[in-house]
Amino acid sequence: MLHIKCPHCGMRSQNEFSYGGDATVKRPELDKEISDQDWDNFVYNRKSLRGKHWELWQHLSGCRQWIKVERDTATHEIFNSLKANEEIS
Amino acid sequence: MSQSYRLDNIGLINRDKKLSFKFNGITYNGYEGDTLASALIANGVHLVGRSFKYHRPRGFFGAGVDEPYAIVQLYRNGETEPNIKATEQELFEGLEATSVNCWPSVNFDIGAINNFLKIFLPAGFYYKTFMWPKSFWYKVYEPFIRKAAGLGVASTKHDKERYEHKYEYCDLLIAGSGPSGLASAYAAAKNGARVILAEDKARHGGTLLTSDVNIGNQSGKEWAEGIISELKEMPNVIVKNRSQVFGYYDHNMLVMSERISDHLPKTKKFHPKQRLWYIRAKEVLISSGSIERPIVFGNNDTPGVMLSSAAKEYLKVYGVLVGRNPLIFTNNDSGYETAIEFKKNGVDPVILDTRKDPQSEIVDEAKNLGINIKFSYVVVAAQGYKKIKSADIARISDDKEQLGTVENIKCDCICVSGFWTPTIHLASQSGNKTKFNEDIDAFVPGISKQNETTLGAANGTYTLDETLKSSFETGHELSKKITNNDNEISFPNVVEKKSTTHDKFWCVPLPEGKNYKRFLDFQNDVSVSDVEIALKEGYRSIEHVKRYTTLGMATDQGKTSNLNGLQLVSNIENKVVPNVGHTTFRPPYTPISIGAIVGREVGKHSKPTRKSPMHSWHKKNNAVFVDAGVWLRPRYYKQGNENLFEGSKREAKNVRTNVGICDVTTLGKIDIKGPDAAELLNRVYTNAWLKLPVGKARYGVMLREDGIVMDDGTTTRISENHYHMTTTTAQAANVLSHLEYYLQLVWPELNVNVVSTTEQWAGAAIAGPKSRDLLQKLFPNSDVSNEGLPFMGYIEEDLFGVKARIFRISFSGELAYEVNVESDNGNFMWEKIMEVGHEFKIQPYGTEALSTLRIEMGHVAGSELDGRTIPYDNSLEGLLSKKKDFIGKRSLSRKAFTAEDRQKVVGVVPLDKKTSIPEGSHLVKDSNAPLPNPKLGYISASCWSVEHDNPFSLAILKDGKNMIGEKLFVMSPLKNKVIPVEIVSSHYVDPKGERVRS
Ligand SMILES: [Zn+2]
Repeated sequence: MLHIKCPHCGMRSQNEFSYGGDATVKRPELDKEISDQDWDNFVYNRKSLRGKHWELWQHLSGCRQWIKVERDTATHEIFNSLKANEEIS
Repeated sequence: MSQSYRLDNIGLINRDKKLSFKFNGITYNGYEGDTLASALIANGVHLVGRSFKYHRPRGFFGAGVDEPYAIVQLYRNGETEPNIKATEQELFEGLEATSVNCWPSVNFDIGAINNFLKIFLPAGFYYKTFMWPKSFWYKVYEPFIRKAAGLGVASTKHDKERYEHKYEYCDLLIAGSGPSGLASAYAAAKNGARVILAEDKARHGGTLLTSDVNIGNQSGKEWAEGIISELKEMPNVIVKNRSQVFGYYDHNMLVMSERISDHLPKTKKFHPKQRLWYIRAKEVLISSGSIERPIVFGNNDTPGVMLSSAAKEYLKVYGVLVGRNPLIFTNNDSGYETAIEFKKNGVDPVILDTRKDPQSEIVDEAKNLGINIKFSYVVVAAQGYKKIKSADIARISDDKEQLGTVENIKCDCICVSGFWTPTIHLASQSGNKTKFNEDIDAFVPGISKQNETTLGAANGTYTLDETLKSSFETGHELSKKITNNDNEISFPNVVEKKSTTHDKFWCVPLPEGKNYKRFLDFQNDVSVSDVEIALKEGYRSIEHVKRYTTLGMATDQGKTSNLNGLQLVSNIENKVVPNVGHTTFRPPYTPISIGAIVGREVGKHSKPTRKSPMHSWHKKNNAVFVDAGVWLRPRYYKQGNENLFEGSKREAKNVRTNVGICDVTTLGKIDIKGPDAAELLNRVYTNAWLKLPVGKARYGVMLREDGIVMDDGTTTRISENHYHMTTTTAQAANVLSHLEYYLQLVWPELNVNVVSTTEQWAGAAIAGPKSRDLLQKLFPNSDVSNEGLPFMGYIEEDLFGVKARIFRISFSGELAYEVNVESDNGNFMWEKIMEVGHEFKIQPYGTEALSTLRIEMGHVAGSELDGRTIPYDNSLEGLLSKKKDFIGKRSLSRKAFTAEDRQKVVGVVPLDKKTSIPEGSHLVKDSNAPLPNPKLGYISASCWSVEHDNPFSLAILKDGKNMIGEKLFVMSPLKNKVIPVEIVSSHYVDPKGERVRS
């Protein structure tokens, strides 16, 4: 079970969180023309990365905030976590 | 019976407390502090079971967790439990156990005839033997395996024991309380660190209990006892015995199983049987020690062959002799320690040492005691069937290839020592890159992935002095890092006998003309020849060899067999062991009971049960409840002998003719506040929301980004910037997360707050043609006329002194209202409505009638909005705004979603108007078409239409738009039904929706 740092609450066990997928995906703007391919990429296509990547978690049984977590998918090492409104650098 | 193998002056058992127990129906005596194994050996019982494959007789091999043989079925307090190790099970008064793997009895086992008839089940027997001929599987193989195999019988009864889970955090978790565990725990505790010290056995101390050493001016055992009692007094230390740390997971999360009551005749009142600890440790110290390795020789599975360390433990801890005529077979000094203990207790052992001329203090002591030692000697084969009677022994050449003349000597046990294997399971589970240590012929932990350190014998350090020194230091350094304390502790002086190097000899060659079975894995009956076959057949990877031969795959996970297996593979393959590599260690280290894993989450506790504030009223009024997500909801209110069908029909009919009341508290409710609330709704729902006036409700559908319907419900504008959203019972939690996702991550510029209010409001739906009359009486001062409170209208009123929200919305398709009051007033509201509604013939209705009403109205719900359908499929395309964008809109223009013959919801009526249609059945054009019959659609929901008095179903049907009037067949292979049906509109009642607006 992972130990995840919530930027609002501190270190908490994974079972307080729910997973939200790739944190770098940006939803296309509303009312904007978008090709089929670009929309498909947004909705369906995800890279299955091995190594460091940023992902979303929601602290469901805590502050209910969505957070961004940098984790290594192979080793589970967690390097960083950010609040929803903080930009990934 | 007398305990004829028990000695009087040695052991840690409590001789004042005699215990009586039964094994295979025979009554024996033992003492408090015995294990089942030590008590049986004290009584001279060495035959405890039969082996898994060949049903060869099985005795005792070890004295603890590594035991591969002595697995029994335990009976305790009216319950039975399989897969219990006799070497771990502590004795209690009245204990009963039986052998497993033997039929009809341990002394006469029919399965063993296989052995005599030489119908051997060789390597890969699972894959080869049982594959052919196919027809044999059911008739021959399966019944044979079922009868002959297995490690006992699982109880078929509900386990009435209680198991608990506990979460704990600590600075240092120390697994194992032998010398390294005690030393590191002591140093860390003195530095103020929060320490958990876990010991698998009942007694702390590990090898200090059996070895002949001095620490300071105390014996090893006394020193261990002193440290433990001091640790127990410290507030920052948790000391546990009977507690096995069995799993090492990510981020230093470890799981430990604590056996609280297994050693008692029955669980104490208010106590659990076992407790599972989830421990998050800053640092983990693995002090799990080492397990003695066997040497492989002919018939080495005969009862009476056991590890020399086990023989010593039985003697020193339990005061029990494993034999009166012991043969010690060793390649190192450990065997001598056992021999010396025998000698000191009046028994004359014979030592066979594979080494030519070892020189050490221990060897000298044995010589001085006059023990008969034969150097360069090996055991060729054990002789005897149910118990050893003698051993064939021979001199072995210096190159270990040639055997001399075989001699036979009498003995009643063979105590084997092939040196020591560090217990690296936990380290390996943590992701540690283990490495091979040539000096000890075994793998030891290497580079850590997590915060773990392995100490002492588990790390390949076999001298006490070094172990204590490094463990003190490690405990001190690690705790210093955490607590910043630096309390020096004085290091005790250690007196131990010096030993010399072991002989890297592990397998005795077969003598000329003999074909003895030489076992590697004692629990799964894997012999040297099995591995040879596997390699001959082309298996190379150790992982493949393991699976093909089942080497190391038994419940002991190869604790005593893995390394010898690796030695064999590396010898044949001409590789060195490190290149062969070991198989992966996975949790659990030792079998864990399912009850402990499940904990308290059994039966009704497997999930929380939520009850509405009106629950007790429902109960009093004969409600039959049904699980709706986490909620308990009335399914129907039973009158007299009514069944579900009759009761729900009566209730639904009453809604259509008079008025009914339904508890809708379980609907998800979300309070939405803020200046941008309307904008949020406009983006989340598919229809337009910017112009909804205050005091009005609107029905809305929300999609996922992939265009699939996520949920539906009504949202009401309570005031300028305040909305009340309802969701389906099932999706309530998901919808809230969905809104939070968009507000926090996608559109943080929207000034809106959302919060769940599901439990804050109790809700009652009042539905039926007389509902307005009832409402008027409930709220005499309000205008609830069609003009005053029109369809989708909303008012706030006072209900007999209680604040109430009244929504004119309908799920049943009738004129209907929903009244909400604060949860605490829910029951008051309900009773008032029932009281006032009496004159209008009000009746409560449950979820079954609710379903009937919505199905015949063609109102889609969870069974249609099933995560596979888009708005069009549910005839909700009218709610898709063309003027604005919303979540999921772009997906709706995908090719598959706009296909001409896209599926759509329809109504289904059986042609005979009698046969009810099973939900989940398929719709086909031709019921006689060859299989697989093309499926056109599926039945999503079925009811008995109270309006038409015949069965009616909703279905999702391909090209549903053009299918109205078609005749099709419903097929349910599960229920073996073929029903001719007609496709009709999904709106079977009041198709124009006039009633809700009346
Ligand atoms: Zn949080």
